[in-house]
Amino acid sequence: MSKTIVIDGKVIPFEDGQTIIQAATAAGVYIPHLCHNPKFTPHGSCKLCTVKVNGRNCSACTFPAAKGQTITNITKELNDDREKITQMLFVEGNHFCPSCEKTGNCNLQAVAYHLGMTDNHFPHFFENREVDASHPDVMIDHNRCIFCTLCVRASQQEDGKNVFAISGRGIEKRLVVNSPSGLLKDSDLDVNDCAAHICPTGAILIKRTGYKVPIGQRIFDHAHIDTVALAAEGASHDE
Amino acid sequence: MQQFIKQLAQENDFQATRLLKILRGVQAQYLYIPKEAIEQLAELLNIPRTQIQNVVEFYSFFHLEPRGKYDILISSSITDLMVGQEELIAYFAEKLGVKIGEVRADGVVSLNNTSCTGMCDQSLAGLVNGYAITKLTKARIDEIVENVNKQLPLDQWARDLFDVQDNIIKPDLLLNQKPTQGEAINATFARGLTETLSEVERSGLRGRGGAGYTTAWKWKFCSEDEGICDVSVHQQKQRYIVCNADEGEPGTFKDRVLLNSYADSVFEGMTVAAAIVGATQGFIYLRGEYLHLYEKLEGILQARRNANLLGKNILQHGFDFDIEICLGAGAYICGEESALIESLEGKAGIPRNRPPYPVTSGYLGKPTSVNNVETFLAAANIAIHGGEWFANLGTAKSKGTKILSISGDCAKAGIYEYAFGTTIQTILNDCGASDVLGVQVGGPSGTFIANDEFERKIAFEDLATGGSFIVFNNSRNILDIVHNFSHFFAHESCGFCTPCRVGTSLLKKQVDKIVEGHGSAGDIVALEELCQIIKNYSHCGLGQTAANPVLTTLERYPELYQSMLKKISYEPGFDLDKSLETARRMAHRDDAHAHLAQVED
Ligand SMILES: Cc1cc2nc3c(=O)[nH]c(=O)nc-3n(C[C@H](O)[C@H](O)[C@H](O)COP(=O)(O)O)c2cc1C
Ligand code: SF4
Ligand code: SF4
Ligand code: FES
Repeated sequence: MSKTIVIDGKVIPFEDGQTIIQAATAAGVYIPHLCHNPKFTPHGSCKLCTVKVNGRNCSACTFPAAKGQTITNITKELNDDREKITQMLFVEGNHFCPSCEKTGNCNLQAVAYHLGMTDNHFPHFFENREVDASHPDVMIDHNRCIFCTLCVRASQQEDGKNVFAISGRGIEKRLVVNSPSGLLKDSDLDVNDCAAHICPTGAILIKRTGYKVPIGQRIFDHAHIDTVALAAEGASHDE
Repeated sequence: MQQFIKQLAQENDFQATRLLKILRGVQAQYLYIPKEAIEQLAELLNIPRTQIQNVVEFYSFFHLEPRGKYDILISSSITDLMVGQEELIAYFAEKLGVKIGEVRADGVVSLNNTSCTGMCDQSLAGLVNGYAITKLTKARIDEIVENVNKQLPLDQWARDLFDVQDNIIKPDLLLNQKPTQGEAINATFARGLTETLSEVERSGLRGRGGAGYTTAWKWKFCSEDEGICDVSVHQQKQRYIVCNADEGEPGTFKDRVLLNSYADSVFEGMTVAAAIVGATQGFIYLRGEYLHLYEKLEGILQARRNANLLGKNILQHGFDFDIEICLGAGAYICGEESALIESLEGKAGIPRNRPPYPVTSGYLGKPTSVNNVETFLAAANIAIHGGEWFANLGTAKSKGTKILSISGDCAKAGIYEYAFGTTIQTILNDCGASDVLGVQVGGPSGTFIANDEFERKIAFEDLATGGSFIVFNNSRNILDIVHNFSHFFAHESCGFCTPCRVGTSLLKKQVDKIVEGHGSAGDIVALEELCQIIKNYSHCGLGQTAANPVLTTLERYPELYQSMLKKISYEPGFDLDKSLETARRMAHRDDAHAHLAQVED
C-alpha cells in the first residue's frame, strides 16, 4: 500500500492503471457521476465527475490516479457547478419526472436531488424528440437520452453486439440504432441484453414492467445515490 | 450506383480510414449520401452503418438529403459580415430564386451559410461545389447566377471568380527564405539527427497552432520507446507525422498562403521531423475549404517523389517517408489534434480523453506528432540555419517570428511576419488601421483587446495567437461581434461533453436575448455564470475558449452590456410573442390583439 492520493483530506491507496474514480470508489468515497459505470471503458462526457487535481479540473472517471495528487471533490464550488451541469442535461431534453416510469430509479433524477437541485435554472430547449416503440419488448424515449453512451458500450462490451450509437454534431446529437430501418425492432437487441437495462435515465425502458415496483418503494425513495452507487459499484470493482 | 460505390471503395483499398475521402466521392456524384450507399459501404468497409451515419451527420459538407447541382456556400465569418454578407447573400438568394439553406425546386442550385472559409483578406468569400470563390460583389454574384442558370460546367466559369491571392505584405525571417529542394534534409543528415533535434530545441520553437508546446519536446516524446530516446537507432515501431492544415479559426489564413507558396519547405519540415522521430508515413490534414489547393499539393508531392525527396531511401540517406493528403469536410473541431486523428481514421472528429497523448498513442494507436503548417516551415529553416538563427529574434519565452493573418478594418489585409514581442500599435500602423475600436487577437477563441491596450505584445507571455488578427474600427458594434462568435461556437461544438454541447447553445440564446434587447437585470450575472461553467468544465480547447468573446468584452465594456438591458427585474428567455406565431398563421390573424406582451414594461 505504498501509492496514495488524497481526496478531500482522506488518504486513499491506488494501483497503477486505476482512474481517480476507481480508487475513490474502492475506498468508499463517492464522486458524483452519470456516464461512468465501472463495468465499461470510461467515456468522460457528462463532466459531472469533475474534481480538482492539484488545482486543475479533471474528469475523475478518465484521469489516472498518480502519486502526489491532492484532490478536492465535495466542495460547495464543485457541487454548485455540478448542479448547473445537471440542469443543462435537464433543459436539453424533456424530462417530466412525475410522469416518467423511471422516477425513483433514475440516476439523473437522483443525482439532481443529491446536489440539491430545485429548478431547471436555464431556459428549456423544448426539442421535438421521438419515441421508438417498434420493438416488442423494449422502447426508446429519446426525450430522456443524455448521450452517456452506456447503452452503446454495454451492447459492444457486454452483449457482443453493436445495437446503439451516438450520431450528429453539437446540440443535434442523438442516439441512433444500428438497423437498416433505424428502428429498434429491426436491430438484434434482445430484452435480456445488458444494453436494454443499463440506461441511467428513462430513455430505454422494458415494456410491460411499468410500475411493478410502486412509487415510494423505488431505489432512490429510500437511499441517496452516493450510498447506492458505492454499494453497487464498489462491489463490482472487487469482481 | 452499386458499381460506382464499389469502385470508389476499391480505389481506396476498402480502407475504413479513407471513409471521408470515399464519402466526398459519393457526395460529389449524387449530391447527397444515399441510404443505400451507407448500407453498401458498411459491408464493403466492414464497419457499422452507424459509424458512416455519424460521419455524414457530423461533417457540414456531407448531406443526407440532396443539395443542388451547384452547392453554394457563403462564408459568415465576422469579416464577411463587415463587407455586407447579410445583404449580399439575400441578394444572391433573390437572384437565384432560392431560400437560404434550401435547394431550388429544379434541384439545380442550393445556397447556405458556412463558417469562415479562410479568405478574410478577400471577403466576401464562399465555395461553389467546394471550390473557393472570392471578393464577391453584386456584379460577380450576377455572373455566378448566370453561370448557374445556364448550367455551365464549373471549369468553364471565368477563372478570376476562383482567384485566390497570397497578399504577402510583410515578409521577414521565414517568408524571405527560399531554400532549394532537399537543402533541409541534407543539412539534417549532415549534422546528425540527434544534433538537429538539439538545434530545434535551441531555437526555442514552440507550436504555431495555438497551444505553444515546445516542438523539440513533442518530437522527443514521439520518438521515445519505453522511455529511451535514441534518434539514431529507431525501433521498428510505426510512428506518424501529421501536418495540421485545418486552419479553422475565423480570421486565420496564413497556412493557406504557406501551402500555396511555401509547400516544399513545409513538406521538407515534415520530412525532417519524420527522420527525427522515426516515422515512415505522414499526413497533411487539409481543411475541406482548401480544396482548391489539393491538386497543386498533389503535384508538388509527386515532384518530390520523382526527385527522391519522398519515397524510399530519400536522397540516399537510408530513410523512407511519404506523405498523403487527407481532406476534411467542414468541422472546426478537427483542428484539435486528437479530433483530427479521429477524422484521419475515418470517424467523426471527437476529441479523445487524455492521457494518453498523441505522442504516445495517436493515429491507429501509434505515436504521432501533430504540428501546425507554420511549425514545419520554421523547423525546415532551422534545420538549415541552426537554432541560434531563429532564437536571435523574439522574446524570452517566444523565440523567432510569428506569421499573422490580418483582416478587418485596415488598408492592407494580408500576411505579415513579425518578431515576437512586436506591439499591437506597430502592427496597426503597418496595416493601415485608423480610428480603431479594438482588435480580436487569436480569433474568436482568443482575446478582444480595447484601444487603450495597444502597447501589448504578440507573444506567448502576453497575447498568444495562432495567427488571427482582426481589426475593428469605431463604426463597429462589439455586441455584433460577440453575437457572430457565439453562433460560431454553438455551430462547431462537437457535442461530446455536456458543458460545451448544451452550454454553447445556451450562451448563443443568452447573447441573442441581450442583443435583441430582451435582457433584464439578472441576465448579465447569468451570462457570466454560464461562461464560467463552459470555460472550466469543457472537455477540450473549443469549449474552454468558447466563452472568451463574452468574457473578454464583458470585462472591458460592462456598461455596453448594461445599456442593452430593460429596466425590469426579470424577463423570461421564453419569447411569448414569437411562440404565438404559428397560432397566428393558422388563424390568419395579425391584429394587435393577436400579439401579447409577456411582461409589462
Ligand atoms: C478547437 C481547436 C481547433 C484547433 N485548430 C487548429 C488548427 O486549425 N490548426 C492547428 O495547427 N492547430 C489547431 N489547434 C491546436 C491543435 O490541437 C494542436 O495543438 C496543434 O496542431 C499542434 O501543433 P503545434 O504544436 O505545431 O502548434 C486547435 C485546437 C483546438 C482546441
Ligand atoms: S439511451 Fe440511456 S444509456 Fe443510451 S445514451 Fe441515452 S441516456 Fe445513455
Ligand atoms: S468542449 Fe465542445 S468541442 Fe470539445 S469535446 Fe466538449 S463538446 Fe466537443
Ligand atoms: S462520469 Fe466522468 S465525465 Fe461522466
